[in-house]
Amino acid sequence: MSDDVHAAVAAALVGSRERYRALLSSIAEVARAIFAAKASSILLLDQEEDELVFEAATGEEAPRLVGMRFPAGTGIAGWVVGTRQPLVVEDVAADPRHAHEVAQATGYAPKGLMAVPLLVDERVLGVLEVLDRQTTFSLAEMELLGLFANQAAIALDLMQRAREAEAILAGGGELAAVARLAAAVDALGEERRPQALELLRAIDAVLRS
Amino acid sequence: MSEAARLIPAWSLPAGGAGAIAVARRWPDELTREWAWGGSTGRGARVCVVDSGVETDHPGVGPVQRAVVVEAGPEGEPAVEEDEEGDLCGHGTACAGIIRSLAPDCELTSVRVLGAGYTGSGGNLLAGLRWAIETGADVVNMSLSTTKRQFAELLHELADSAYFRRTVIVASAHNMPVESYPWRFASVISVGSHEEVDPLVFYYNPSPPVEFFARGVGVDVPWVGGGTLRCTGNSFATPHIAGICALLKAKHPDLTPFEVKSVLHATASNIAAP
Repeated sequence: MSDDVHAAVAAALVGSRERYRALLSSIAEVARAIFAAKASSILLLDQEEDELVFEAATGEEAPRLVGMRFPAGTGIAGWVVGTRQPLVVEDVAADPRHAHEVAQATGYAPKGLMAVPLLVDERVLGVLEVLDRQTTFSLAEMELLGLFANQAAIALDLMQRAREAEAILAGGGELAAVARLAAAVDALGEERRPQALELLRAIDAVLRS
Repeated sequence: MSEAARLIPAWSLPAGGAGAIAVARRWPDELTREWAWGGSTGRGARVCVVDSGVETDHPGVGPVQRAVVVEAGPEGEPAVEEDEEGDLCGHGTACAGIIRSLAPDCELTSVRVLGAGYTGSGGNLLAGLRWAIETGADVVNMSLSTTKRQFAELLHELADSAYFRRTVIVASAHNMPVESYPWRFASVISVGSHEEVDPLVFYYNPSPPVEFFARGVGVDVPWVGGGTLRCTGNSFATPHIAGICALLKAKHPDLTPFEVKSVLHATASNIAAP
């Protein structure tokens, strides 16, 4: 099966916009809690626009942050995306560019932050930021955040693939019929599913012969 | 060794030819920091900072002798142009400031490979590093890496060519458990962080691929806008070693990368006398 069909089947099982949002919020909230920080946010890369988009945030400013966009090549998050390296910065207010951009848009300028890339194999999905901790980061905590970010990236990648598959299911592309078929078989009851699978196996055998 | 002998590759050694490649012994019986870089201010050593650019008039950085940027040329190929943008992030300024603090009289060149957009960053990184090597940098600070395997082989070749052209590449180890390049290559000097505050304390790591640990936690660095920040990460440990390499290369310009690595090993804070 092609990746698209794999993804389509996955979509039939797990994908939904609400679950995707819930996952993003959960990652941000858990990151905030692990590091006893004031806030946390996730910026994902929009490759077509070459921009970073706030997709989730915790804390009072969350509603204003989500949906905001920045050029992907600038700022602290931009450096993290470009280099795939995490970065811990304290006293961010001393960085006028970052402070002004964010503060003017959101009314909230963090004093300190740790930004870590969300990496899946060779790809970078975006940046996870943990903002305003009471204490400074140790190297062990950096390592912990890196491990957490890797786990979060795997979950996000799965969910993103599922959402892409949803689009295939909803659309009228060449593979939409196959994807709908897979979803329909999956939705069948216990009694009829074996018959449907038998039929699909027969079609498979004919196509392969 | 004559200049000609140094530059012409020798594939074999004819009988009686050993005299032609006699090389003066470069170091004393006991390798000390005083011998290695005592009295050196970095004057005469050229350091390239391959990063997000450098804010050239920042008081924490001082004069930057040249700034270039890698951008897409007319055919879409990466092209190196003079750069007047400064630093689009702050990170390159931070690295340059750390190098300057250790080697105040070294010559600094900013090679900006970031900031022109996310796409193509791997190709820009390659082109920037190639430019630094071909223009004869003594030391290249690379507090960044790429995770793209398609660039790994080309980066490897570049790192090896630098090794033989006497350009010391100091590369930041990744802070996360991921595969990235070029810090994993044996021809570069890879750097991770320790948590101490002395900028001249550095450790040799007997369990590579990270070969040295330098100061990388809570480092006060210059940042864009004339200010300073306190930063943590391997990318701030790396310019500490790059700065020390600049001191070394200024005092001993003929040292090859493998000799520089050997001197770092011999003068590391955890290397005890037998």
